[in-house]
Amino acid sequence: MLAGENGPAVQTAMRIVVKMGGLFGAPRLIPVTRAHIDSGIYEGQSGLDFVEMLLAKGGKVAVPTSMNVVSLDLENWQQNSRVPLSFATPARRLAEMYLKMGVKPTFTCAPYQLKENTPRFGEQIAWAESNAVAFVNSVVGARTNKYGDFFDICLALIGRVPAYGLHLAENRRGQLLLRLKDVSPALLRQDAFYQILGYLVGRLAGNNIPVIAGMPPGVSEDQLKALSAGAASSGSVTLFHAVGVTPEAPDLETAFGGNTPLETIEIDMPGLRQARQELSANPGGGDRPDVIALGSPHFSLAEGIQLANLVENRKVAPGIEFFVATNRAVYHALIERGLLEKLLAFGANVTQDTCVVVSPLIKPDAQLLMTNSAKYAYYAPGKLNMPVVFGTLAECVDSAVAGRLLRDDALWN
Amino acid sequence: MELSLKLLVEAGASGPLVFTDQPLSFWGGYDAHSGEVIDRRHPLSGQRLAGKVLVFPGSRGSSSGSGVLLEAIRNRTAPAGILTLEPDHILCLAALLAQELYARTVPVGLITPAFFEWAASHTGESASLTPDGRLEIF
Repeated sequence: MLAGENGPAVQTAMRIVVKMGGLFGAPRLIPVTRAHIDSGIYEGQSGLDFVEMLLAKGGKVAVPTSMNVVSLDLENWQQNSRVPLSFATPARRLAEMYLKMGVKPTFTCAPYQLKENTPRFGEQIAWAESNAVAFVNSVVGARTNKYGDFFDICLALIGRVPAYGLHLAENRRGQLLLRLKDVSPALLRQDAFYQILGYLVGRLAGNNIPVIAGMPPGVSEDQLKALSAGAASSGSVTLFHAVGVTPEAPDLETAFGGNTPLETIEIDMPGLRQARQELSANPGGGDRPDVIALGSPHFSLAEGIQLANLVENRKVAPGIEFFVATNRAVYHALIERGLLEKLLAFGANVTQDTCVVVSPLIKPDAQLLMTNSAKYAYYAPGKLNMPVVFGTLAECVDSAVAGRLLRDDALWN
Repeated sequence: MELSLKLLVEAGASGPLVFTDQPLSFWGGYDAHSGEVIDRRHPLSGQRLAGKVLVFPGSRGSSSGSGVLLEAIRNRTAPAGILTLEPDHILCLAALLAQELYARTVPVGLITPAFFEWAASHTGESASLTPDGRLEIF
């Protein structure tokens, strides 16, 4: 491949992969069965420059490859007057160039919730997107490192990864013990708990693989999604073990695999309360959330159904924008079930392929963002330059209807 | 102060030293147009790092960070040099890609805990780094 017998695109990709593999001491490359690409977010000219170069050299992916969110709702972007043509044109061009290289038009940050796209336990894969990497390593037990923009497409072009990090069993053992202590059973059932827990786990874990003990049975896929996304946002968690819940942690001993925990940290109600507070960076104390954003990571069908039930016969208050981000598969499933209609009647703006952090969907004079996502809440102050308040899904809906913040602190006491 | 360090991506750099003991996600935390740290929870929030030699533990968070650094290198708003405690594959990749695409880059190097501690009290001093890893601070 390095000599160019598979074409110039593979040669360039191989050169980059070999250099990177060398930097990290990988002795060899190993084959992967699939890839997930996160390089389609339009951040500027350099992203276009790179893909253009690969495409001009005849680049085609070597393994089934899914695509993360892009910077545009590719089907419906023209319905939003805030997306200027000067942004839409390069953003669409970037997405199209990936499709020309054979990438599937999945356009989602929750690729593990697409049926045909979920790897099996132990499968070696090359995924990008921090929340997807955390989920697929931890909850599915497939093996990937967190691959950065552009490296992901290089790996997809050659169908191989350097053998290092989380591809190797010996690097997947737990290092740090986080023990849930006296968390109220009512809170343990709440989706919002897993968002906050994720944020806290990310803060506590540093570069270590955390083992979480004390999780209740019956944790849902969407709750594990929230936990993965929170931990990957506030920290660099690419793998966690939840004892009795995730596949590499049937019990504490297996989760640590002979490692002695570096430290044991208790996660208790005061810690959770403080984390919830930290995720509400609202120094002005505004009480009118004029933008409500859901769906980071992308809404699943189950979350769509939950939301449709909550909004029945209700309406978003005037002047408030209510965004729901999801992927094409869920969007079409919502249409088939007649649920999209209900969300639209409520006043929701349901987008596909993208989300409010990577596409300019939010009104420029917005004052306060409310969200049920720890990932949105973490990134909003910097990425959107907006104060933010974290709430449960029901609190977000209630606040949208009332036109003012409604949050129930009782759950967290 | 003079020392030798391991460069993961080789290039020269010079500029004032800037230190933080907190990791930083470039995606969501760094503005490639202005070179400003925009993670409002980060101690360097509001500072512009273009042309400075950044000493920090490493990046973290979203894997889109390499795209942001690559764009910053293209726009000449990137730090002049990046020195981390742990090998940082997100930032190394951006620096390697810049070399392929634009034939220029910023050095990414590994530092020792001892130097990291020393750097904590030497922010603002002039740093000069050669492509073979000799670092001089004065």
